[in-house]
Amino acid sequence: MKRTHIILLVFIAISIGLLVSFMGNLSTYETIASARQKEGKNVTIIARLDNSKPMEYNPVKDPNYLSFYILDTLGSQARVVYHYGKPYDMEKAERVVLKGKMNGDVFEISQKDGILIKCPSKYKDDPEMAKKNLNKTQ
Amino acid sequence: MEYVGEHLMPGKLGQFFVVLSFAGSLVATLSYLKTANARSLEEAASWKKMARFAFLLNTVSVFIVFATIYYIIRQHYFEYNFAWEHSSKSLDPKYMLSCIWEAQEGSFLLWMMWNGVLGTILMFRVRHWEAPLLTIISFAQFCLTTMILGVYVFSFQVGHSPFLLVRQMFQEAPIFQRADYLSIPQMQDGQSLNALLQNYWMVIHPPVLFLGFSSTIIPFAFAVGGLWKKEYGSWTKTALPWTLFSACVLGTGIMMGAAWAYESLTFGGYWAWDPVENASLVPWLVLVAGLHTQVVYNSTGHSLRATYLFLILGFTLILYSTFLTRSGILGDTSVHAFVGSGLDLQLILLIVLFFVPAIFLFFIRYNRIPHVSKEENTWSREFWMFIGSLVIFLSAIFIMVWTSLPVINTVFGTKLVTGDDPKFAYNRIEIFIAIILGLLTATVQYLKYKNSSPSQVLKKLWPLTALALVISVSVSVFGHVQYTDYGSGYQAAVHLALFAGIYSVVSNAGYIFNSLNGKIKMAGASIAHAGFGLLLVGILISSSKKEVLSHNTTGINLPFDPKTKENPLENLTLLKNVKTDMGKYYATYLSNDSVNTAGNITYFKVKFEDKKTGETFDLWPNLIKNTKGMENFSNNPDKQHYWDRDIFTYISYANILDKQRDTSGFKAFPVALHDTIYYSRGMLILDTVLVNPTTDKYHFTASDTALLAKIRVISRDSQQYTLSPLLYVKDNMIHRVSDTLFAQNLAVELGSVMNNKKIQLLTKESSDLVPFVSLKVYMFPQINLVWIGVVVMMTGFVMSIRNRRKTLLKKTPQPLA
Repeated sequence: MKRTHIILLVFIAISIGLLVSFMGNLSTYETIASARQKEGKNVTIIARLDNSKPMEYNPVKDPNYLSFYILDTLGSQARVVYHYGKPYDMEKAERVVLKGKMNGDVFEISQKDGILIKCPSKYKDDPEMAKKNLNKTQ
Repeated sequence: MEYVGEHLMPGKLGQFFVVLSFAGSLVATLSYLKTANARSLEEAASWKKMARFAFLLNTVSVFIVFATIYYIIRQHYFEYNFAWEHSSKSLDPKYMLSCIWEAQEGSFLLWMMWNGVLGTILMFRVRHWEAPLLTIISFAQFCLTTMILGVYVFSFQVGHSPFLLVRQMFQEAPIFQRADYLSIPQMQDGQSLNALLQNYWMVIHPPVLFLGFSSTIIPFAFAVGGLWKKEYGSWTKTALPWTLFSACVLGTGIMMGAAWAYESLTFGGYWAWDPVENASLVPWLVLVAGLHTQVVYNSTGHSLRATYLFLILGFTLILYSTFLTRSGILGDTSVHAFVGSGLDLQLILLIVLFFVPAIFLFFIRYNRIPHVSKEENTWSREFWMFIGSLVIFLSAIFIMVWTSLPVINTVFGTKLVTGDDPKFAYNRIEIFIAIILGLLTATVQYLKYKNSSPSQVLKKLWPLTALALVISVSVSVFGHVQYTDYGSGYQAAVHLALFAGIYSVVSNAGYIFNSLNGKIKMAGASIAHAGFGLLLVGILISSSKKEVLSHNTTGINLPFDPKTKENPLENLTLLKNVKTDMGKYYATYLSNDSVNTAGNITYFKVKFEDKKTGETFDLWPNLIKNTKGMENFSNNPDKQHYWDRDIFTYISYANILDKQRDTSGFKAFPVALHDTIYYSRGMLILDTVLVNPTTDKYHFTASDTALLAKIRVISRDSQQYTLSPLLYVKDNMIHRVSDTLFAQNLAVELGSVMNNKKIQLLTKESSDLVPFVSLKVYMFPQINLVWIGVVVMMTGFVMSIRNRRKTLLKKTPQPLA
């Protein structure tokens, strides 16, 4: 066997090892209910904002505290606490992708990029939005 | 129905040229194919004539299509969906081009324009490689044209035409039942360009990036052409300047995007391992791996098979990244991927049509690709260059797998997603890749091809190694590089990588003098590698010593989860005109009255004062009004630039722009002179009332009616203030100028003059009276090194291209074009 082949094999072994070992660090998409089951474990939830409940953000008091409620497709709900400033357009978000963990009844997000807002037109236009703009009454 | 006021001519013309370019690319592909496979020279020559004509026709048509779109946008023909969706009347003319590449169709068009330009240059440069190369490029043009064709084949829509009218796009909208729909207000202006894209980098970054995308087809076409024509090893020297060009331009394009992200996004940096960033980094890495093996093959005959694989994969990964960013599959993982466009099938076909034949050819001809059966020597340059390429390639695969999780989920039905710290998921691997690459770039060029004497290599290397060690230890010790967020193991890796980067810079600079004898023309590779080292040092220092300056020292100290790695109190609230302690600086929010001429950007003036030096500077972080009918604002940071650091700030919240304001009303008090009234935090005394006063702002005369009250405010903490509300009558209208005491959240107005020598005083208390901003401030030390490193690296690339071209021309004289 040639040395190059051995090196190749070693590299492949290392990369497979790395990939497999980091698979353990992956989290999975969860529903609110299944996130509750895994209290304390980092999970990702896709949900929408529950607009019937108040969003709490008072930057005069504390610009680093945002709390709001989410609903998922299965109808369960939870309160979310985020220790950073309120992202712009939060209220307009159709869906939010949240990375954090359940802490009792509260979903805690401890990383700044733990909220990804799905504003359909944040970056690229959304035909639905365009349609809405077209049909809005003057 | 006859619609009034539409300009249908440009659209018809444009669509005609779309179809013409489609036909041109098809004819070019087929006739170049015939040329390449022709049996006789005469046959080839006649097909080639036709092929060239068709290719040039395609190129010219693509440019006309582009010009037509530009014309439509420039003329504000909002009946066209392209203009309506992406531009507006008030848009700054310098962003008119950005509108074009904001759209999917526009960016495909940009790609095709570069394909046309590059194909035309190749036509006259590569002689007998013209036919196979241009067959492949013409076919790419053909595939890309289908993306903007906009015709139906049975019920399947092929591409989206850029010349669609709004009324065709939204047929069912009721406004189109009116013949004069263009006079309706929402058709009078467009939806405009996304606020975040209104940045000068967005004028230049996409064209350069797409030139990079487009150019990766050249090394790919050379490789496939070599396999196809069974000329396995004869193209690599001709192709080398092109591979270099491609890596250079793509790298520049990516880093321009990073510069944009740094300047106009607020994730606090230039790189976030976002899938969209990764999608273009991965092909670049693979291309760089291919570049090195290609150099190895040219000098030693080793590594040709790897070169084939890397160059084929480079372009394939560009197509894959196109699929990732445009199909909408990244929707839940990226901040800036396109929303799905319904082109998924076409995008997948694009990958398959190029990758499958290429890799099929590669495998069936694998055994015929020349290789050297003798092993590379351990003390040879080619051996370590191959190892380096392999490391780059594996790192690319690693990034690709992580980025492709949404694709893996779709295919296998899994629900995997990166954890709550995705950046570290990449960093912990890439730092080791960086260490290896830093060390390799520092040492490998001291080795000679084939074999070299260890003692000579070490003789040249050890003084530089020692020097690098001294510098890097001093940087580590005196530079206070202490990055303990991820434990001591990672911190050690950071220091090691710092050494590797510095070693690379020192050693490559040394190489120019101790081995090339200062012959700078030959030094392209050394300069590029030194640039890489510098970039690495810049990345390490600016990230590990990045500091949040806006720690909240005034707010209520909140108990936060001790397990969180970061101190989350990163936003600081500044009340207007109140000097606030911000760690190393005092910050004062001074004003928010500057607006740009178009009226969509509000600038906030914030004064910073260095506590130590007393130096002050103003920053103008601003908010851009969102477009596309969305409310609210996008924040646009501002920074103070020093040679050794950037102070970077953005507004995370501003109450004056928040619509949901406190509307609690004024309370009315009838008061006579020297009367006292109370508010929640103290009392007010009406001292005097001046009739027709003369102030800095107002000059009333006897003919006017104006009253100015002087009110003394005494707060509970026995501070005294004066408020001067004003009331005047002008043009039979009563005007009230209220006066606000921000420190007490108190506003006072003069209501009216009552009889019995009293006046009505209106007071209002609300926390929302005080304009305030929530500010986030970062410091990026040595961020300059990142940008300087990139520029040095790209300069090295350009020098290499020139040098390799020159040696090529010397050996094989070119015919006059």
